[in-house]
Amino acid sequence: VVLKDGLRSQVSAALKEGRVTPTELCQRCLALIKSTKFLNAYITVAEETALKQAEESEERYKRGQPLGVLDGIPVAVKDNFNTAGIETTCASNMLRGYISPYNATVVQKLLDQGAVLLGKTNLDEFAMGSGSTDGVFGPVRNPWSYSRQYREKSVPKSHSEDKESDWVITGGSSGGSAAAVSSFTCFAALGSDTGGSTRNPAAHCGVVGLKPTYGLISRHGLIPLVNSMDVPGILTRCVDDAALVLGSLAGHDPKDSTTIQEDFKPFELPNLTDVSKLSIGIPKEYHAPGLSSEILALWSKAADLFKNAGAKVVEVSLPHTCYSIVCYHVLCTAEVASNMARFDGLEYGHRSAMKESTESMYAATRREGFNDVVRGRILSGNYFLLKQNYEKYFVKAQKVRRLIVNDFVKVFRSGVDILLTPTTLSDAAPYMEFIQEDNRTRSAQDDILTQAANMAGLPAINVPTVLSERGLPVGLQFIGHSFQEKQLLTVAKWFEKQVQFPVIQLEEVKGLDSGVFQHQKSASFS
Amino acid sequence: LAPWIPVVGLEIHAQISSNSKLFSGSQVQFAAPPNSLVSFFDASLPGTLPVLNRRCVEAAVMTGLALNCSINKKSLFDRKHYFYADLPAGYQITQQRVPIAVNGSLSYSLCIDNKMSQMVTKTVRIKQIQLEQDSGKSLHDDTRSQTLVDLNRAGVGLMEVVMEPDMCCGEEAAAAVRELQLILQTLGSSQAVMAEGQLRVDANVSVHHPGEPYGVRTEVKNINSIRFLAKAVDYEIQRQIEELENGGTILNETRAFDSKLGCTVPMRDKEGKQDYRFMPEPNLPPLILYDAKSLPANMNHQQVINIDWIHERLPDLPSVKREKLVEQYGILPEHSFTLLNEDGLAEFFESVVNQTQMKPKKVIGWILNDLLSYLKQHSLTVKESPVSSFLLADLLNLLEKKEISSTAAKRVLAELWKGEGKTPLEIVKEQKLELLQDQKELEQICQAVIDGQENEVIMMVPR
Repeated sequence: VVLKDGLRSQVSAALKEGRVTPTELCQRCLALIKSTKFLNAYITVAEETALKQAEESEERYKRGQPLGVLDGIPVAVKDNFNTAGIETTCASNMLRGYISPYNATVVQKLLDQGAVLLGKTNLDEFAMGSGSTDGVFGPVRNPWSYSRQYREKSVPKSHSEDKESDWVITGGSSGGSAAAVSSFTCFAALGSDTGGSTRNPAAHCGVVGLKPTYGLISRHGLIPLVNSMDVPGILTRCVDDAALVLGSLAGHDPKDSTTIQEDFKPFELPNLTDVSKLSIGIPKEYHAPGLSSEILALWSKAADLFKNAGAKVVEVSLPHTCYSIVCYHVLCTAEVASNMARFDGLEYGHRSAMKESTESMYAATRREGFNDVVRGRILSGNYFLLKQNYEKYFVKAQKVRRLIVNDFVKVFRSGVDILLTPTTLSDAAPYMEFIQEDNRTRSAQDDILTQAANMAGLPAINVPTVLSERGLPVGLQFIGHSFQEKQLLTVAKWFEKQVQFPVIQLEEVKGLDSGVFQHQKSASFS
Repeated sequence: LAPWIPVVGLEIHAQISSNSKLFSGSQVQFAAPPNSLVSFFDASLPGTLPVLNRRCVEAAVMTGLALNCSINKKSLFDRKHYFYADLPAGYQITQQRVPIAVNGSLSYSLCIDNKMSQMVTKTVRIKQIQLEQDSGKSLHDDTRSQTLVDLNRAGVGLMEVVMEPDMCCGEEAAAAVRELQLILQTLGSSQAVMAEGQLRVDANVSVHHPGEPYGVRTEVKNINSIRFLAKAVDYEIQRQIEELENGGTILNETRAFDSKLGCTVPMRDKEGKQDYRFMPEPNLPPLILYDAKSLPANMNHQQVINIDWIHERLPDLPSVKREKLVEQYGILPEHSFTLLNEDGLAEFFESVVNQTQMKPKKVIGWILNDLLSYLKQHSLTVKESPVSSFLLADLLNLLEKKEISSTAAKRVLAELWKGEGKTPLEIVKEQKLELLQDQKELEQICQAVIDGQENEVIMMVPR
C-alpha cells in the first residue's frame, strides 16, 4: 500500500485483507512526520495515543469487525478543534498548555469510526490569516517547496542561498492540515473554513479542500472565529476520500443548534461520464484584480474542458461580489470581538501575573495572550458593535450579506448547477515575500475568491488542477447548491479525473515508501 | 409648593424553576457546594455552544399568558457584552431585540388607609418578558484582597419581567410584586423566593410636577425583600423630592438600598454609561412558537411548543382562586387575600370547612384571627402548625354543637397549641369547660349565686 492510495478504493481493502496493518500505517506516518518536521505542520504529535488507537484497530480487523472504512486510518486535526486529553492551542499563547476535557463532535465521530488521531496541526493564530504564518509556533512550510517539481523550476539567486530561505507558504489558515495531507503524513485532515481557510491552503498545497454547507457538519468543539460562517473543512488527496470523510461527519448534532434537523445519508460518488446535462456557471466578477494571467488562462481552459465534454457553460454575474470583503470584515471582526471576550484568564488558559485589580489582570492577560492580528480584530469589532455604530456597520453589513446570498440564489435558480472559479489569485508566494504585507492586507487580498461562499453558507471545493510555471500547485474551485454536496463532489470527481494532477515528489516520502514494509504492493509512484 | 407625582417602574428577575439551566444541562440547585453545578458551557470553555432548554421556554410562555401578554411567535436571542468575574463568556445571552412576550398587565389590590375592609384594585402594564441567563456569584474577600467566583448560578434561566412606571409609591410596588410572586408560584414557573435570590427586584424611581415631563430616574438595586422594596421606593421618592426642592438635580444613576440605614446610596461601580455592544446570538436560531392554527400537520409535537396547549392547561391564577373562595364560602374579598397570602392557609381553611358543620363565614374568623396570629407570633408556617385542620375542625364542632362557649373554645385552642397530642374533647373534660345545658341545674346555680349575695341584689325581678 502506498501512502498516495485512495482510502475507499485501495487502503480499506488492503487493511481488510491484512496486506497492511493499522499499526504499520500509523508507524509509517509517525516516521514521516518526524522526517518532515521542518515543515512545522504539526503542533502536537500524539504518538502514544495514536499507536494505542492503531493497536485497537488492528484487533478489530483481526476479529473481522472493523468499524468502517475509516478504521485504522491515520488522520490529523487542526489545532482549533477540541481534543480531550491532547493540548488544543489555536496556535496562541492564550491557550498554550490548554488540555480540553472534551472532544469536538467531529473528532469524536472520527474516533468512533476507528480513525487514528496522529496529532494537531498548525494554523494562523485563532484561524485568523491566509498564510498559516501568524501562529506562536511559527509558520508552516509548503511541502511543495521541497518537491522535485519546484526545485527543478526555481532559480536560486545566489549560490549561498540554501533551501531554507526560498520556501513557499501553505496558505491559510488551515496550512498545517493541508501540509500534513500533502506530505502524506496522514490520509485526511480536518481544517476549518470561515473565509476560505480550507480551500486556500488546499489550492496551494495541491490537495482537495472541501467546505461543506453551513449547518451540515457540527461546530460543537470547534473554537469559533465567526459562528455564522465557520464550518469544519475536510482535506484529502482525492475527491472520493473527501466524500467518505464527509459521510462520517455530517448530520444533526443536538449539541449544535445550527445543524440541520433532517437525517443525512452518506453517499458514494458515481463515476460521472456524461456531463451534457450539467450547467456550469462562470461568474465574471471572479476575474478579480490581481488574478494571475496563468490562473486566468487555466480557468478558461477548464471551462472549455466542460464545454467540449458537452456541458452547458454560461457566464453569470454575482454583482455584489466586490462588497464581500468589506462586509466580511465588519461581520467577522464583530463576532471575533464577541467570541474572544471569554479569554480573561479566569477559568482556563493564560493568566497574567498582573494582580493589581481584576481589570488590569484582564487587560494584561489579553495583551500577553493574543497576537496583534487577534487584538486588531477585537478592537475593530468592538468599534462596529458600539451603539452609535451598530446600524451603520453591523446591520448594514448584514443587509449586504443578504444581497450577496441573493446573487447566488438568483444564479442557481436560473438553472446553473455548479459555479467554476479560481480558488486563489496566484500560486503560493515565497514566505519572505508574503510577510512583506500585513495579515489584514493579505487576508483581504486572498479571501476574495473564497469568502462569498462562506457568506452564503454554500458548499465549495478546491480541486488541485495543474502545476504552475514555478512548479507549484494551482487549484480551481467549484461552488454548489446548498446541501447538494453529492452533486458538487460528483462534478469535482469528474474534473479531477480529467486533469490528473501530478503526485508530489518528495525525497522524504520516497525513502519511506519504497521497500521498507512487508505488505505493500509495487513501490514506486513517480 | 406644587405637588409631586412619584413614578415607579420595576424590573424583576425571576429564576425559572427547572431541573437544568437555560442553555446547558447542568443542574439548578440552591446552596450546592461552590462550582459543583458547572458544565463546560457554563464555564465558557472554548468551542461549547448553547442549546435551548424547552422547559424554560414553557415557563416563560405560561408566565406571559398569565400576565395577559401577547406571546411572540418568533423571538430572538442576543449577546450583551461586559467584563465581570461572574460572567465567564464576557457576555450574557438575553433577548434584547424581540423578547418572548410583550404588552401584558397585572392586577393587584391595595388596602386603603391600612384598613383591610377597603380594598382597591390597580393595574400595572407589563412591557415585556424576556428569557436570559443568570450570572455566577462573586464573593469579595477584602481581608485577603481577592474575589472568589462561584459559577453554580451562571447560566440558570431567568425571566425578566418589566413593569411600566404605572406605580406611584412603595406600597403599590410591593403589592404588585407580591401578586406577581403568587402568580409565579401558582404556575410553578418560578419558586420566587426572594430570600433565595429566586426573585430580584430593581426599582426605577422619578418624580415630576403635574403637567410637566417625567423627571430623571434612578435605578435602585439590592432590595432583598418585599418589605424593603416598599421602604426603598418610598425613601428614594422622598430623597428626590427633597433634593429638587432644595434646588438640586437628580442624577441618572444606580443606587443601592442599604437595609440597615433604610436609605439609598450611589453604587460606585455602576457609574458611567455602559455600552453593551448588543449583537445577535449567532448560535441560536430564532425561537419559533406555534399555536393551534399555525402548527404544521406533520410536525413532531415533541419538537415544538404550542401556546394554545399551554394556555388550556394553566392552573387557576390567584385572582380566580380568590373569586372562587368568596363565591363558594361567602367570605369577604379581603379574607380571600389573606388566605392566599399565606402559603397553605387557603387549603387549611377549606380542609377545616369540609370537616365541620360550622359555617365558613364563622370558620374564617378562627382561621384569620386565632390560627394565623398564633402562627405569626411563633414565626411558623401553616405547614408547621401544631394544630392540624382536623383538630381545629374538631374544636369548632364542639363550639357549633354548643357544648362549649366561644371563650372556652379559645382556651382549648391555647392548650392545643402546646401540641401535646390531646384532643379538644380531652382538654374540655380536663379543664371542666363543658357548657351546662340542663335548665334546672342552671337555675339552681343562679339562685345560689343570688342567695349568696343578698346585699348586692338590690331588686327582685317580678316572676
